[in-house]
This record gives sequence, structure tokens and C-alpha cells, in this order.
Amino acid sequence: MKVPLARLAFARSGDKGDTANVGVIALAPEAYPHLVRELTPARVKSHFAGVCRGDVERFELPNLLALNFLLHGSLGGGGTVSLMLDAQGKTFGAGILDLQVDVPEAVVATCDRVLAGEIPGRPAGTE
Amino acid sequence: MTADRVVRVASGQGFWGDWLEAPKLQVRGGGIDYLMLDYLAEITMSIMQKQRVKDPAAGYARDFVPLILDLAAELVTGGVRVVTNAGGVNPAACRDALVAGLAGVQTARPLRIAIVTGDDLMDRLDGLLEAGHGLRNMESGAPLSDIRDRVYSANAYIGMSPILEALAAGADVVVTGRSTDTALTYGPLVHEFGWAADDWDRIAAGVVAGHINECGAQAAGGNTLFDWQGVDMAVPGYPIIEAAADGSFVVTKHAGLGGRVTWATVTEQLVYEMGDPADYITPDCVADFGTARVTDLGEDRVRVSGVRGGPRTDLLKVSIAYHAGFKATGSLTYAAPDALAKARRADEVLRARLDRAGLEFDEIRTEYVGAGACLGREPGRWAAELPEVGLRVGVRAGSRSPVEGFTREIAPLILAGPPTVTGFAGGRPRVQEVMAYWPALIDRTVVESELRVEVTDA
Repeated sequence: MKVPLARLAFARSGDKGDTANVGVIALAPEAYPHLVRELTPARVKSHFAGVCRGDVERFELPNLLALNFLLHGSLGGGGTVSLMLDAQGKTFGAGILDLQVDVPEAVVATCDRVLAGEIPGRPAGTE
Repeated sequence: MTADRVVRVASGQGFWGDWLEAPKLQVRGGGIDYLMLDYLAEITMSIMQKQRVKDPAAGYARDFVPLILDLAAELVTGGVRVVTNAGGVNPAACRDALVAGLAGVQTARPLRIAIVTGDDLMDRLDGLLEAGHGLRNMESGAPLSDIRDRVYSANAYIGMSPILEALAAGADVVVTGRSTDTALTYGPLVHEFGWAADDWDRIAAGVVAGHINECGAQAAGGNTLFDWQGVDMAVPGYPIIEAAADGSFVVTKHAGLGGRVTWATVTEQLVYEMGDPADYITPDCVADFGTARVTDLGEDRVRVSGVRGGPRTDLLKVSIAYHAGFKATGSLTYAAPDALAKARRADEVLRARLDRAGLEFDEIRTEYVGAGACLGREPGRWAAELPEVGLRVGVRAGSRSPVEGFTREIAPLILAGPPTVTGFAGGRPRVQEVMAYWPALIDRTVVESELRVEVTDA
């Protein structure tokens, strides 16, 4: 089924000069391989077409069940040079979450239960 | 010392301007060994440098001094040591202000204050260039000589060695300049556990702990997208790193305060401002964030373990700020009906007047706040229904005069422009100087030979 990424993941973004980073974190382990398949650098670049002038690089963090994207040339020059309202790319994390992804219904159902607080998003540990 | 010994490093500030109550709550909550206070972002040093040019006794995070005066007695009785980069471009002035203030504060014994100097390369730049250090821009490859006469500040990101020296000298408060943010956390851990300087995995674990601490509440529920509606951020507990000798650590916070520490809040902070996670370069190691394992233990406790790292490099990063022209940003608000159409018409009118006045800019940028400004998106089917839209226009130029001309063209739109306009309180936009950032690398020995630690009891 097609759902917005917000049903499978959450995110945080930041800046390094003129590059924005967007870290995308799977809500549940089952969601991670689907993020890896669906969130190609090309799709992320076209999702951010309104701001991203450069390349998009992707790094995988399987331990954290996360992907890190670098969106080059996206912050109007970066730092105080930039005239952008969001010169630090702070809103890009939430901005990636309406990207549409195609994933099995069962995975979405599991992530929905994580969001509802019915099951933990990661196996619980002990001291 | 037992195998179970833990060292607690609490985060109290994530930037200059952060919540001033946080460090007090960290100390007064008890049980912490160190308080780390990070004040510096890339651009902060140049702001401090401008302040120091105007006033030789300025150029550091002024907030820090009254904070320490307020906490001094409790730091002594609680055995809490402070490590901070509040010194900015003038650690000695920061120390002098602290010493003067402490004269009026009762403490059980004098506080030992250490300052670290030598990261500031401003006075050495010409000598370094003559000696063949090109200080080329890491991104463009251009030589520093291109912008030498416009440089405002130049500081090397320094690592743990002077912090270790200061702590070994018994400092209660360590004030540095441009220490790398993470060293404020891993310096104390290396000191306490006696990790070897080439114990890359443990130092890398300390770097990961430092990355979690350096943004204050951001690791403890601040900014979380996972379940932000459920987190009480009115009086949040900031993160506390509870580290063990093997390098593993638990992220937690004081009980009874707001905020939240879960696998989600910690993972969000781990990916914040991340580049290549396998190549997180610091002055003391190269950490691989991809090796970190995050385990939620419940009750605001999250274990981070398994971090691996590699050898440090022979180079240090240098942060150079230089003057790059002027800019100004003006805003007006247009209300429905047709709010976006009115804002767009106002932008056309404004640009026509800027043209007529012969003003030339390196960049003019128009954004419609409330209609897709943040991500540069079209508002689509909502466009006609928006109740109000903020027109935000920014300009940038190499000289001041066209930017000043722009600041005089915004206000006339209030009477001589499209209707239903408001939100113009505050007068003309302010002209701001643009500080550009020039990242470079330098042979570490050139910097480290000049690092000094000075200790004062007050």
C-alpha cells in the first residue's frame, strides 16, 4: 500500500555549511528494509526539488535502523550568507515524511502500533 | 575504583542563548560529576570577535559568568567540575570576570579555574601563510590569500589534551576557546578512566556521548518528531551521560523533571548534523557512528554500546570567518481573501521599485511564509484559501548602500501597494553584516605547540 513516510519513520535534520542532513529512523525493525528500497537518493532529491540544487548522498546505519541523507547545495549558501527562512534546514526532517512510499500493509500495521504506544519500536533491554 | 564505577557528565547548555535554568537543575538534581556547557556554533566565534574588537574585555559567553557565581558554592560542596568552551575568542577575559565575581561569593574553598589558550590563530595567520600553510578552503580549494584582508576570526578546533592537563591540575572549572564540542564530554571521561590516547574505540565512544550532550535538550525530548505531543518540555531534564570504564554509557536525565530519554530521542540526536557516519572526524579519533548500538532500558535510560573508532588524523580543522558583504530581510503580512496573490503582487511592486532605484544585489530572495517557504514548495490547492501569508524578502550585496536602499523600499508598500497588509511593526529592516565561513585544515603540531593551560585560584 502507498503511505506517507510518516507512517514508517521519523526524522531529524541539521546543517553543515550549504549542506542539509536528513536522518530518517525506522519506527520498527520491519520497516527498515523498505526504507532502504524506497528512499533512493534520486527520489529524495526530487522530493526536495524546491530547495536542493546539488547531489544527494545516502549512508546506511543498520545498527540504528536509520538512513542519513546529505542534501548538498540546499541552504542558500549556508550560515549567515543564506537569505532563506530555514537556513539551517531544521524543517527538512519533517519535510521528508510526506514522501509517498509503497510498503506491505502488515509493516504499516506494525508501525501504527508503535506510534500508538502499543508495542515498543525496538526490543527492550535490561540493566 | 571498581569495574562498576560510573562517571556522570551532565549537559547544561547546547548553544549560546540556551535555557539558563538547565545547568542549575543539573547541579541541584545531584549525583553528577561534571557539567559540560557548549556555547559555540560555527558563527559564534566571529560574533565574539566583533565584540572583542569593540571591547577588549569582551569576546566570550557572558551568560556563563553569573551562572558560575550562582552555582559556585554548590559546585564545591557537590564535587562537580565544569568543562566549557565559554571562553570563545577571549578565555582570559572570561577568567578575569569570574575571578572578580568570585571575590564576592562564599565558597567552602577557593575554586580552581583553568583557561586554555592557543586555538586562536588570528594573530598568527600571516606567519602561517608565509610558512606555507595555505589554509585552503576545504570545499572550494581556494587559497586563504583570496580573502585574507576580510578575515574576522580564525580558530583551530582543538581536542582533549589541554582539558586533560587542566583536570590533572585539579581545575574545578575549565574554560576553553574553540574546543571541539564533543571534547567537553569525552575529555572528562578520558581523565577519569585513564584511557590511553590511542584507545580509539573508547575515545570514539566518548565522542558519541559528546555528540549526544552537545545539543542540550535535543537528546532528551526537545525537537522530537516521534511523539512530541506526549513530552512535557516546560521544565525539561537535560541529558546526563553515565559512562562506564569500557566506554559504554547510559543516557539519562534527572527524575522529576520533564523531557524524555528513549531509544527514539537518542537516535534522533545521533543522526543530527551527521555527515558520513563512518568518518566522524575529531581531533582525537575518527568515530564510526554506524557501530553504535542503542538499547532502551526504560524509565528514561538508554544504553549506547559497541562504538568503534580509528586513529586520529595529523590535521586539525580551522574555522575561519570572513566579511562577505551585507544583507537585510523585510517582512509584511497579507490577509485573505487572496492573501498569496496580494503578497505576490507586492513582491512585483517592490522589485520594480528596486530596479527603478538602480539597486543591484548579488541575490534577492522572496519567500511566502505560510505558503511553502520552508521547503520551497508550491501551496497547491490551498493557495486560494490561505487566511494570511507572510511576504519575506531578503537581499544581499557586496556593499552596504544597495542594502540600505532596500530597507527604505519595504515600508512604502503599506500605503502604496496591494491591500489588506499588516505586520509592519518594528520599522525598517536592519542591515546585517554577512559573515561567511571558511573551513580549512592545518598540521596539528603547529597548533598544539602553542596550546597553554593557566590555572588561577579564586
